[in-house]
Amino acid sequence: MGMGKEIRNAIARRAAKEIEPGMIVNLGIGIPTLVADFVEDSSVMFHAENGVLGTGPSPAEGEENPHLCNAGGFPITVVKGASYFDSATAFALIRKGLLDITILGALEVSEKGDLANWIVPGKRVPGMGGAIELAQKAKKVIILMNHTDKYGNPKIVKQCSLPLTSEKCVNMIITEMAVFTIEEKGLILREVFEPFTAEEVKNKTGAEFLMPEKVSTIS
Amino acid sequence: MNKVNAEKKNKVIEAVRAAEFINNEMTVMIGGFGGVGNPPSLIREMMESGVGELTLICNDAGFPHIGVGQLVTAKRIKKLIASHIGSNPNAGKQMTDGELEVIFSPQGTLAERIRAGGAGLGGILTDIGAENPIIEAGKKKIEIDGKEYLVEPALTAEVSLVFAKKADTLGNLVYDTSARNTNPLVAMAGDITIAEAEEIVEAGELDPEEIVTPGAFVDYIVQSEGVNWTWAWEKK
Repeated sequence: MGMGKEIRNAIARRAAKEIEPGMIVNLGIGIPTLVADFVEDSSVMFHAENGVLGTGPSPAEGEENPHLCNAGGFPITVVKGASYFDSATAFALIRKGLLDITILGALEVSEKGDLANWIVPGKRVPGMGGAIELAQKAKKVIILMNHTDKYGNPKIVKQCSLPLTSEKCVNMIITEMAVFTIEEKGLILREVFEPFTAEEVKNKTGAEFLMPEKVSTIS
Repeated sequence: MNKVNAEKKNKVIEAVRAAEFINNEMTVMIGGFGGVGNPPSLIREMMESGVGELTLICNDAGFPHIGVGQLVTAKRIKKLIASHIGSNPNAGKQMTDGELEVIFSPQGTLAERIRAGGAGLGGILTDIGAENPIIEAGKKKIEIDGKEYLVEPALTAEVSLVFAKKADTLGNLVYDTSARNTNPLVAMAGDITIAEAEEIVEAGELDPEEIVTPGAFVDYIVQSEGVNWTWAWEKK
């Protein structure tokens, strides 16, 4: 994502605060994967859509089991109480609404919470994988992404121009500049990362947002 | 298909013989997810047999030199039904160039369509993508209790290939950690199912309680010789 390690970690650390004890959480690839590093509560169970509940940290070099991987194909370990199952069961868990949180990346998010993260027509058509199930069915969808694309265009927009993964599904957006929630009344700026100001966030955001009296600063 | 019971008493065959069941233009389903759980020795035999013009049903297109990705890279596949091809740029290029037809299905929907095929059902009803114009296009819809569902037809194959940790000589299968993934579903959905196992034991040696796929679904068993590729995460 062309983002420094410190910034990626800051975003992941902020996202980790949303995870409460006992939750079942699915992490997408990229920055979302880093979130696990900032969750200390051992009652949190991470879900992988290939068929694992209770994924743990990466194994030490030389201790990988090539058959034990996350959905991205990289070696993992499992925690106490983990279980293995087939991919149909992995998605049964998602569709039934048992995922408390999914944390994903995005190409665009609209002010209504529409998510586009799977197709750039004519350029990138990799297939949706499990993104539609995750976006449509997780109780809470958190998006971690760059505030703008590589040309500096806002990725938080009034209306998505790219094909949607799922509509009105995003509950929270965390970028290197700010934290937004998306609620009944619309897009709301909740926190701003230092050294940015709310004004700068406004200039880089392609949608109107509400600003409560108190917008906290994350240092 | 007429299968003679006597013939099925010993299901263990050589990998090279297994490849003889797969002919040009067949529909083949292969278990695995991101290369993990793809059957390496069966894929190697397919590469060596030269079989092509296949329709492949698989979770994804693997990586260029890993698992089913090798079949895609070697242009043996003319039609791919999968949920994701992002990890194999060759698949994307062939699709753009018009050499490979790709039909995408959401991952969980694809898994259930395979499961339905193996369970003798006609398809499934799901609300996944029901409001997504790309997913719902051209699909039949059914309303149940006021809620709209898409009809997603079942998938079956002429030959299913799976990877297991252990098989007994009757074809009962046990899988290895996350290499289970789509394998138990794919194992049920083939007219002929061939299981590649890391270890083959005598019938009775597996605890009935631990068996994931009953041997009735498995026609042939092949001894695995392990992967012949380097994983994406391995240091070269």
